[in-house]
Amino acid sequence: MKLKAPECVFSSAGFCPGCGHGLASRLVGETAEELNIVEKLVTVVDVACCSFNIDYWNFDTIMAAHGRDIPTAVGVKHVRPGCPVLAYMGDGAAYSIGMAETIHAALRNDPVTVIVINNSVFGMTGGQMAPTTLPGERTATSPKGKDPARYGTLSGVELLKGMDIAYLARAELVGVGGMAKAKRYIKKALEHQLNGDGFSLVELLSPCPTNLNLPPVKAKQFVHEEMTKYFPLGEFIDKGGDK
Amino acid sequence: MAKELMKGNEALAEAAIRAGCRFYSGYPITPQTEILEYLSWRMDEVGGTFVQTESELAGINMLLGAAAAGARALTSSAGPGFSLNQEGISYLVAADLPAVIIDVMRIGTGLGDIAQGQGDYWQLTRGGGHGDYRTIVLAPASVQENCDMMETAFDLAEKYRHPVLIASDAAIGQMAEGVNLPELREHNIDSFDWAVRGCRHGDAPRKIQNTYYTRPDYVEYLRDKYAAMDSEQRWESYMADDADVVLVAYGISSRVAKEAVNEARAEGFRLGLIRPITLWPFPNRAFEECKNAKAYMTVEINILGQMADDVRLAVRDTRPVDFYGTFFGLPESDVIVEKAKAMLEKEGK
Ligand code: SF4
Repeated sequence: MKLKAPECVFSSAGFCPGCGHGLASRLVGETAEELNIVEKLVTVVDVACCSFNIDYWNFDTIMAAHGRDIPTAVGVKHVRPGCPVLAYMGDGAAYSIGMAETIHAALRNDPVTVIVINNSVFGMTGGQMAPTTLPGERTATSPKGKDPARYGTLSGVELLKGMDIAYLARAELVGVGGMAKAKRYIKKALEHQLNGDGFSLVELLSPCPTNLNLPPVKAKQFVHEEMTKYFPLGEFIDKGGDK
Repeated sequence: MAKELMKGNEALAEAAIRAGCRFYSGYPITPQTEILEYLSWRMDEVGGTFVQTESELAGINMLLGAAAAGARALTSSAGPGFSLNQEGISYLVAADLPAVIIDVMRIGTGLGDIAQGQGDYWQLTRGGGHGDYRTIVLAPASVQENCDMMETAFDLAEKYRHPVLIASDAAIGQMAEGVNLPELREHNIDSFDWAVRGCRHGDAPRKIQNTYYTRPDYVEYLRDKYAAMDSEQRWESYMADDADVVLVAYGISSRVAKEAVNEARAEGFRLGLIRPITLWPFPNRAFEECKNAKAYMTVEINILGQMADDVRLAVRDTRPVDFYGTFFGLPESDVIVEKAKAMLEKEGK
């Protein structure tokens, strides 16, 4: 992360203190500047916490219906193939209500870049259980802890690993190392789109202190120590690269 | 130009191409699938985009993205698939986006069945999704009208920045008739400044979202928009001005109703027809010319007579309004005449 904030991102005021969204949107901005695509990039943000970005960054932006970010982005891309298109959504959108949309865009290898903010809960609605909630994790709809016998824990990245797509990676928005990797992955994902390689998806493990009921530092610890057990980090598909 | 023989659904698809539509995303469902099949190869020929999506939800939301990027975008569905489209139709309205959505109506509630039906009238005319809206609805009654309405639909959608629905049905969709096709035209995706394309340095970024976030005059803007749309009332009157009983029917039913008018007139019974071409705005003005009408009867393929309420409103309940509705099967002209006569008798002539 640079010391100078990217010009194309001018706020993160609506996100809760310690939230990963502000970091992620800044990384998207920095990457767009480095790739010199600020004036061409079209972003699609999911409703709920992700949607704040529509007022925080200087890109033409569509707020999509919950979980329909990817088809919305694909529609834009077909009409404006010269524009890089980035869909920005949470884990609930990508792996719950929009699971079919995610899998099928990957199956078609649609040439868009997807950023998934995985914080293990539905954030905006008040921290309900998501497919990404860890076994035993207490949420507003699993007050005694998520019962693994009734609800599994889904890693969307694992599901996509077998698909013929351009790029697939996961990083954590924790620590200098995590941030550096997150940024590198976002950049590579967009580069693959610019090269016409097809679908790219980067999942970012992200602290949601508000709904984890943890102070920001502890929320980061949860991401780094607990979430990574279920959601391994790294690059999994890198077409034409060294993966 | 020589006429071409085309199926109704194919005519809708070809007319969309000729109206400059270069984006289609949708999912198979009977009885509209020919639109999808036709565009799967035709879009290639004209350099457009065809995507068969994983569901109608993906289809309508992909269309939303294409519309937001400035394309003339189309999807089509029927029955349960059209219900899934409602999420996106409601949002197209909220986000001020033009697009055209075709409903080739099939019969029945729930899963329904694949025969022709007109049971989506309420869903089409009342704003079939959640929230507080309506859309212009065009109802073709012939394959030629399928051709003629498509450009009108896109023009109206762009004029009002609002989705426009086309209410066809299985019978019009499946029948073949000779048609004159319109000229092929191109649409410029940069026609509208609001369409996303990347934000130049120093410009304000374009935002596609619920317009109440961006329009301080949201309520007035929408009320004015709907009031302006009311001027788009379209209809055909057929011997309605002197008729004792006036039928009201659209789509395939209107063709049977017209036959009934001819049969009745041949035996001296003054029957007439008003055929709404816009289902919304409902053509209230059409009823001003029915100077002699003692009663009105809608002819519809549904069991509740969905359009009858609109007729009651149009005539301000000054005359009795009844309906003749069928299920699984077209209305029959002799039954129409019989029922119309019975209505007139009840009114004491
Ligand atoms: S609720 Fe969670 S995800 Fe949403 S802004 Fe607050 S911390 Fe971030």
